[in-house]
Amino acid sequence: MKQKYERPSIKKMNTGFMNKFGTRTDFDPVKEISGVSIKSLIADYGSPVFVLSEKQIRKNYQSAARSFKTRYPKVQFAWSYKTNYLNAVCKIFHQEGSWAEVVSGFEYHKALGNGVAGNQIIFNGPDKKEADLILAIENHSSIHIDHFDELYQIIRICEQIDKKAKVAIRVNFDTGTYPIWDRFGFNYENGQAWTAINKIISAKNLVLTGLHCHIGTFMLSTSAYAVAANKLCELAMRCKVELQNPIQYLDLGGGFPSTNTLKGAYLPGVDTVPSVEEFADAITNTILSFGFTADELPLLILECGRVLIDDAGYLIGSVVANKRLSDGRRATIMDFGINILFTSNWYDHKISVAQEAGQYTEDTVLFGPLCMNVDVVRESITLPLLEPKDNVVVHKVGAYNMTQWMQFINMRPAVVLIDQNAKCHLIRKPETLEYLEMMEQLPDYLK
Amino acid sequence: MRLKANIATSENGFIFNPSTGDSFTSNGIASEILALMKSGETEEKIKQKILDRYEVESFQLEKDWDDYMQQLKEANLLDL
Repeated sequence: MKQKYERPSIKKMNTGFMNKFGTRTDFDPVKEISGVSIKSLIADYGSPVFVLSEKQIRKNYQSAARSFKTRYPKVQFAWSYKTNYLNAVCKIFHQEGSWAEVVSGFEYHKALGNGVAGNQIIFNGPDKKEADLILAIENHSSIHIDHFDELYQIIRICEQIDKKAKVAIRVNFDTGTYPIWDRFGFNYENGQAWTAINKIISAKNLVLTGLHCHIGTFMLSTSAYAVAANKLCELAMRCKVELQNPIQYLDLGGGFPSTNTLKGAYLPGVDTVPSVEEFADAITNTILSFGFTADELPLLILECGRVLIDDAGYLIGSVVANKRLSDGRRATIMDFGINILFTSNWYDHKISVAQEAGQYTEDTVLFGPLCMNVDVVRESITLPLLEPKDNVVVHKVGAYNMTQWMQFINMRPAVVLIDQNAKCHLIRKPETLEYLEMMEQLPDYLK
Repeated sequence: MRLKANIATSENGFIFNPSTGDSFTSNGIASEILALMKSGETEEKIKQKILDRYEVESFQLEKDWDDYMQQLKEANLLDL
């Protein structure tokens, strides 16, 4: 019987500082996701294919909700639609008890279509269209005002349609982190937020119900949330004492990181990222110790996205070809690239082989399939020797990829949901040329 | 393609070039091919031995052979 073949390969041994953590050893193949084999997923849905684990989504939500609800009496999560607005995903979060947090008209309509009550939709974002604002006012949704032009627009709309709008303002402030996200909302330190609050209180058709902030994304500092919560509490207390307008809720936004590893990070994300419990501690301790009486405590709203979905998403792909670059480096071309894995711009994604492989490894550049120089999935990754048609699994891709993906050169692939009984459901079909051309129109003279 | 005469190899895949001080590790097949090259076997005979011994098609081996020779050349191990 012949022996198993592996292509011949040599690796130069470099002298210098040793990696104090030793070499990576997690090259074990990942052959299944939530009880379903990779081979069968590819056979049924093609390659590449996104896979989401319902079990992991629910586990993430329940764990995060427990972290806050065991520390604070009134907590409400609102699913961040922009993170992943596939209806199947949204429905799972709504089943778990999440409201909807949307940032555009079409997301607002998606939330309504998913059965979310109007008064459980939070409408954020700097560009809300007039028709969407009217709908949100009529549905008693919470409109989070981003700028003065929007504030005056809402006052005018309310007068025209003779309705009251339920509003909050988005507040930005210095929390000790860089960069300060001051492009959204009203600034706290320069008094702009207080001016906006006063204008809302004096407008007869606006009801100020909440205060909102969203201090950044992939935040690695829990103390920044404590600073943010403290400043929102100060504003809320002023609203009550000086304006006799108690605030019903404080919305601390999202921004909690997943355990992905940011590009350039020295240590892997799993070792450095604070847990949801640590963020919950920082936020709830601040609010609880601020001085509200028990019956005055505002509802705490959280708009977490990434931390609840990232590790529930996988991208399965295949090797197209191997090649060697001019400087001798190995390069491997995959059938997925930055077109569908937008987050490879931010993270060094963990990538596993999906079949048995030898112990010998090599450093490889992973390219995507696009005819574009920027299409690099990993600039350097150590992997077992891969061959064309071998499969790999990219981990923690559930956030932002299925909303920021591009139809560019290649179509967007299928998305499959594995339910809690290990049954697969196609929740988004792979795109076709017919779908792509659906919106095109050819002028008569070119026919 | 011939290996430089002074290249030292070991059975477990360690390669040392005394001229440059560079050392390399290699996987099983790579070190097996190196040993055959050192013993003076021709390219055709080495390929045939690999085909006889391993589960590999000739076109695959042909492709990998070229890549391997490129690696040896980049590593300055071949007598060109």
